Amino acid sequence: MASIEMKNIVKKYGDGFPAVNDVSLDIDEGEFMILVGPSGCGKSTLLRMIVGLEDITSGDMVIGGTRVNDKAPRERNLSMVFQNYALYPHLTVYENIAFPLRLAKVDDAEVQRRVNEAADVLELHEHLERKPANLSGGQRQRVAMGRAIVRQAEAFLFDEPLSNLDAKLRGQMRTEISRLQRRLGITTVYVTHDQTEAMTLGDRVCVLRKGKIQQVASPRELYEQPVNLFVAGFIGSPPMNFLPATLSGSRLTTPFGDIDLDERRAAAVAGRDLLLVGIRPEYFEDAALVDEAKRPVGSVFTARVDVTEWLGDSQFAYIPYEAPDEIRAQLRELSKELDSEELRTQAIVSIDATSRIREGRDAEFWLDSRKVHVFDPTTGDNLTRDAEAGAELTRLAAEDRVEQVQSAEGEGISAA
Amino acid sequence: MSRREKNWWIVGGIVIVIYALFPIAWIVSLSLKAAADLNNGQFLPSDLSWENYSLILTGGASDLFLPALRNSFGIVLIATAISSVLSMFAAYAIARLDFPGKKLILSTALAVAIFPVISIVTPLFNLWRQIGLYDTWPGLIIPYLSLTLPISIWTMSAFFREIPWEMEQAAQVDGATTWQAFRKVIVPLAAPGVFTTAIIAFFIAWNDFIYGISLTSTSAARPVPAALGLFSGASQFVEPTGAIAAAAVVVTIPVVVLVLIFQRRIVAGLTNGAVKG
Repeated sequence: MASIEMKNIVKKYGDGFPAVNDVSLDIDEGEFMILVGPSGCGKSTLLRMIVGLEDITSGDMVIGGTRVNDKAPRERNLSMVFQNYALYPHLTVYENIAFPLRLAKVDDAEVQRRVNEAADVLELHEHLERKPANLSGGQRQRVAMGRAIVRQAEAFLFDEPLSNLDAKLRGQMRTEISRLQRRLGITTVYVTHDQTEAMTLGDRVCVLRKGKIQQVASPRELYEQPVNLFVAGFIGSPPMNFLPATLSGSRLTTPFGDIDLDERRAAAVAGRDLLLVGIRPEYFEDAALVDEAKRPVGSVFTARVDVTEWLGDSQFAYIPYEAPDEIRAQLRELSKELDSEELRTQAIVSIDATSRIREGRDAEFWLDSRKVHVFDPTTGDNLTRDAEAGAELTRLAAEDRVEQVQSAEGEGISAA
Repeated sequence: MSRREKNWWIVGGIVIVIYALFPIAWIVSLSLKAAADLNNGQFLPSDLSWENYSLILTGGASDLFLPALRNSFGIVLIATAISSVLSMFAAYAIARLDFPGKKLILSTALAVAIFPVISIVTPLFNLWRQIGLYDTWPGLIIPYLSLTLPISIWTMSAFFREIPWEMEQAAQVDGATTWQAFRKVIVPLAAPGVFTTAIIAFFIAWNDFIYGISLTSTSAARPVPAALGLFSGASQFVEPTGAIAAAAVVVTIPVVVLVLIFQRRIVAGLTNGAVKG
């Protein structure tokens, strides 16, 4: 177990394109760090630089207190699970898991003991004599994890390990990985482009964009106090809605009516005229279904619903709106960067599943204005971010982690 | 596929098999005819006779044939082994590493393969005589390497390219040196490719006639194809057809045996299941 520190890491390819640009990131001992971002953001490259499969152009990679820039992968003592598992097809499951031990010249009895231990954890016993070709996707995934946990590595690295599994299995393996990480208490770096994995697994999440770190924080902080438009748009599904707004005093005028800002936020945005308001889908509600007590903290507006999607436990409504050309171009740029193709400017609104709002009709919506964020449309910065509140969320997450690790260790001792 | 279509495929297959195997059947039948029976005007011998075989294995032609058989096996096996090992390293480098001149190596290899043997053999003959390689085993092994290496490098690098690179990276992360990763992961995975390439190389060297006849003069190094051309009949008016046919059958046997033994190894598909299937 070791901490991983990255100092001003840069990766430039032959053509001078920086895939990873000046990344500094500290990962604590035993921490579960997620690297997330749209495709091409440099997250996999960064992971491969940690493990040593990719050269570092400049900067320092420090693992457990030693600079490892010039060390070969085998000297770094890290274990990695590849996206396509990279199992050795000519070896049995047993020998696949034992492979790192055989290379380390561990004696047979010890190999047997440790492979069996790993097989216990991953429930692979009945498959030990089979070849990888005869296993299902989930079983192969478990073998790859077995190969990773069989030796005492300094850290686990995962490169989109669940992207080849179907949705149901992905959910199971996700909880499995989380439990395993807590139980072993080992430093973990996990690359994904999947929202759910990023939000549920990580102690902290590092959001990357074009090779640069945007924000490193607990999932809750990312969600509630995003640092800019990109993070706000990337975290959350369905994504945050961005509405154009003009400012007069402390009142924002949006296509969905006026929003009054509190003092702190009004002060933060003062002196600008064109702004972007970020509102999460769940801050909206069907006005007919809002508690009288809650009504005054928001505003009510009328809009025409384009499409509704009823999913049983929830319901989404799509409301098109008009935006000035410059905002439209900005939003299109953003959605392109986020790997989505949003062709029209529309808000996605989450309403109660029992709501009877119908497509193609005008309906009354209520908007909770307490948690809206206001962004500068040119720089994309979040003007109303409350850094203290965010830091508090991340501190709480860190406390939770310590507690979980301790209780997992306690269980381990009582089980032994 | 409809039943009718299927029947046509079967008929077509049979025609092709007959077309390909007829010359071999003819040679086998010729080798079993006695000298007087050669011109009997029939496909099959009137009487089964082993006289041709005893002539080349124990009789008068055995002085010519047996050393040639030994030379062929020795020279060709050595050439195949060297070219397999060399081309394995070369192909690995070409498939995996990025170095200047990679394209040049591949195109040079191809150019060498394209060059007609007959245009090289005369200068080679002079050179070999001057440096003492004429009529020796190395004198044939070296030109055979020039025949087999280009094609071996090409086929082998195609095989290496198909092995997912992650396999090797996984081995390195697991603690293997580059050499260990190559030996324990890449080579076992490339085994079908190595066998296929080795067999192709063996055939090419085994079938060579021009180098064999030009660069040798005695039974010290003369391979079978060259020896076949030197068979003579009982008198200068008798064609040694029967003996040549029998020798041809004997030299075909190793090839057939090789294919039968390695048939299953040649069939690739070993990498199946390594990655997402």
